[in-house]
Amino acid sequence: MTPKCLHAIRRAVWLGVVLTVGHFPCLAEAFPQSPQTTKTEFLVSREVVGKRGGRLVLSLRAEPKTLNPIIAVDAPSREVIGVMQADLIHINRSSQLTEPGLAKSCKVSKDGLEYSIELRRGLQFSDGKPMDADDVLFTFRVYLDEAIHAPQRDLLIVGGKPIEVRKVDAYHLVFRMVKPYGAGDRLFDGLAILPRHLLEKPYQEGKLAQFGGLSVSPAEWVGLGPFRLKEYVAGQRIVLERNPYYWKMDSNGSQLPYLDEIVFLFVPSADAQVLRFQSGETDIVARLGAENFSVLSRQARGYSMTDAGPGLEYNFLFFNLNDTGAKSSPEAARRQEWFRDVRFRQAISAVVDRQAIVRLVYQGRGAALWGPVTPGNKRWANTEIKHPARSLERARDLLRQAGFLWKDGSVGDQMLVDQHSSPVEFSILTSASNADRTKMATLIADDLKQLGIRAQVVPLEFRSLLDRVNQTKDYDACVLGLASFDVDPNSDINVWLSSGGTHLWNPSQAHPATSWEAEIDKLMEQQLVAKSFEERKKSYDRVQQILDENQPFIFLATPDILVGAKDNVGNFQPTVLEPYALWNVENLFLRNASETGGK
Amino acid sequence: MKNAPRKQRLVVALLVLLHGVVLLGGFVAPYDPIRQNRERPYAPPAGIHLVDGQGKFHFRPFVYAQRLREGAFDQYEDDHATLIPLKFFLSGASYRLLGIIPAKAHLFGADEETVNLLGTDGYGRDLFSRILYGGQISLLAGLLAASVSLLVGTIVGSASGYLGGWTDSIAMRLAELCLALPWLYLLFGMRAFLPLLVSPVKAFLIVVTTIGVLGWARPARLVRGVALSAKERDFVRAARGFGASNSYILRRHILPQTKSVILTQATILIPQYILAEVTLSFLGLGIPEPAPSWGNLLSSLQQYSVLSSYWWMYLPAMAMVPFFFGYLALSAALQEGRRAAKMDL
Repeated sequence: MTPKCLHAIRRAVWLGVVLTVGHFPCLAEAFPQSPQTTKTEFLVSREVVGKRGGRLVLSLRAEPKTLNPIIAVDAPSREVIGVMQADLIHINRSSQLTEPGLAKSCKVSKDGLEYSIELRRGLQFSDGKPMDADDVLFTFRVYLDEAIHAPQRDLLIVGGKPIEVRKVDAYHLVFRMVKPYGAGDRLFDGLAILPRHLLEKPYQEGKLAQFGGLSVSPAEWVGLGPFRLKEYVAGQRIVLERNPYYWKMDSNGSQLPYLDEIVFLFVPSADAQVLRFQSGETDIVARLGAENFSVLSRQARGYSMTDAGPGLEYNFLFFNLNDTGAKSSPEAARRQEWFRDVRFRQAISAVVDRQAIVRLVYQGRGAALWGPVTPGNKRWANTEIKHPARSLERARDLLRQAGFLWKDGSVGDQMLVDQHSSPVEFSILTSASNADRTKMATLIADDLKQLGIRAQVVPLEFRSLLDRVNQTKDYDACVLGLASFDVDPNSDINVWLSSGGTHLWNPSQAHPATSWEAEIDKLMEQQLVAKSFEERKKSYDRVQQILDENQPFIFLATPDILVGAKDNVGNFQPTVLEPYALWNVENLFLRNASETGGK
Repeated sequence: MKNAPRKQRLVVALLVLLHGVVLLGGFVAPYDPIRQNRERPYAPPAGIHLVDGQGKFHFRPFVYAQRLREGAFDQYEDDHATLIPLKFFLSGASYRLLGIIPAKAHLFGADEETVNLLGTDGYGRDLFSRILYGGQISLLAGLLAASVSLLVGTIVGSASGYLGGWTDSIAMRLAELCLALPWLYLLFGMRAFLPLLVSPVKAFLIVVTTIGVLGWARPARLVRGVALSAKERDFVRAARGFGASNSYILRRHILPQTKSVILTQATILIPQYILAEVTLSFLGLGIPEPAPSWGNLLSSLQQYSVLSSYWWMYLPAMAMVPFFFGYLALSAALQEGRRAAKMDL
């Protein structure tokens, strides 16, 4: 065979690969639209080249409620949707910086108001239908529609006005904001681009929010992510298969993802997840608690456990600072008086033993916190914030200044009383299903006992806890945790703005109740429109400082991200950002048993 | 049949001994049950030794000091170089003997280091002390709840059996309703309506009254049966013929007949209600932390990691076994005695 001939064959084979994986199934019907489907502009992954084939089995702690990215809020739904959908610009979970996704490039205008986005050519949804600028237009129309109540909507309102989207041609779009928006490119992360050809009709009929329930057939729910729905068995599992139209390939030129299938099993609890992993039924386990992590580490066989370091979740104690006014009982009103005194809150903060929380609750796999920015966040921490050691004396001084006294109690212990000589006692709510936070609250209650304060831990069912915090406002104090999806301060904006729904100590205020809350509002707005990272950081540093001075949240600790995977899972690189283990799912592959044996 | 009373006496002696230990829990327990030792979470039980590593015999029992392994959270090693001799009748944490007399004396302990005979829990609290103090709460809850439900059951049962008619119908239908309701789920719902800040004493009383009041139906039905047959006896008819009032007949003739039934019921109900308290506290509806009770001591076993890593956390369950055994043996002995008495008649 002549060299020329060989070359021709090689070319034919290479073309064949591209054709089969990229276009073959719809070749016949695609002919009229040939300009769009001729060539896909693949994104080339720089990760280790893997092996094609195999199925990966994981477990979910609950059944996902929906596959519809517009309405999904629960973690299991988001986890499944995350591997079925794709976004224009993506945050790399490892570097915490943005990188191109469906968009090939993104240019910001000089005034910072316009983002010009160019789409990849030849993109196709998982049903083989082409994707272009019209789909993007449709997607943003849906997300911004007030009637839909998409959780992402708030993020797309900049300076009080929704982002304007304009189509230039089939591959070019311009996004315009009324005010400059710091880190605007991060907004696009997690905004799944929707298939207009399937969803426009239900949208116009006003049925979009009901769409994508788990009863839909696989063909009805498509996306641009690496996997697509194959089978859903209620109460048992969801099976995803490789999306043959996926737009990434590895450096050898073979199309991603490597895996044929992903199976998510529904199990009832975290303990059940551990048992399934331990028995070898599942390949990866994430969101582990420290206890389960050490149980698994102790008897690791065929799998290895990874501590990825502190995540972004911050746990905190907070007091009820709502103005409950006339409807509260005299005792509740008295307690509110204590909680409103910043010295009282500072005293509590001074007496909380954060190191003990890290040691006893997280078995040392976590970090103590004095602010909302955890050590897992590489760029935003205010290093000026002090980390004072626990001090009973300072707490006593602060309480004395605030007019509290100590009296001999009935058991011989000292009892803290206020100016009206009523003993200082209150309840701390925790979620009954979260053993970690209940443990934190129990430790805090014991710390407070040393100040003569009687705190009673009350574990409640999570829904009734939220009802008390957000609706009836009938509670004293509460231990909760929040987990940001992104390192950027904008992801927490609803927590810090006094009008925000997650402004837990006094949510959804019409006007800021205190001057420091007003200042935080102003600073958060400032960082939103500032153009440079330095300017934004300066504003957010001040926010952190105000939080530290006023202690609306008494920050406690953050757990490490703990995951485990079988030894034969390749390219497994857990990160501290959600979804911890599956962020690079298209690059995950299964090694042969013989390869791992030698490892 | 002759040795039935002896068997009864034996069982009663066992129960008195067990209750005595728990009643004097403050003295027997070396530490305050809610004191946390944050340096020693999940320390395993310390073995008591008389012979050390060199084979030397010590008259005073001792334990080895436990050292946390470097960098570990719950891995302890016995330090064979440091012997901690046990001291007896020493002074320590203050408590109230029988809930009244302030005292500081403890049966045993050690001078500097802590001795955790049965290990510690996740907060480093001494499990041995917690089991004893928890026993006080759980046993008292069982006894009080049993008294409440027997009292209510006896009054309702004897009145309904003796008076008959409408009173009987209403009381018995109510009893059936009570037996049919799924109480555990109702209790879960009830918790939402209680105020958040409940003092431990109040929580205890709520638990006792709930268990006691909910359990009246069964003893009431038994007592009713006895009253029903007793009111047809000749001496009751005679008393009525002589013009005795209802309350006199109930007091003087009917209630004494129910005595043995009530006694047997008590021996069955007490362990059952101890278990009820344990169930409620296990599920977080009973005695709140940090106060110990057998139920909330066991509640940490709901976590798989605790279940699989720290075997000594099962010990509170083991502590219940002799009590339950004692009560059930007593009930069997009482029933045997009753049968014997009937045969003698």
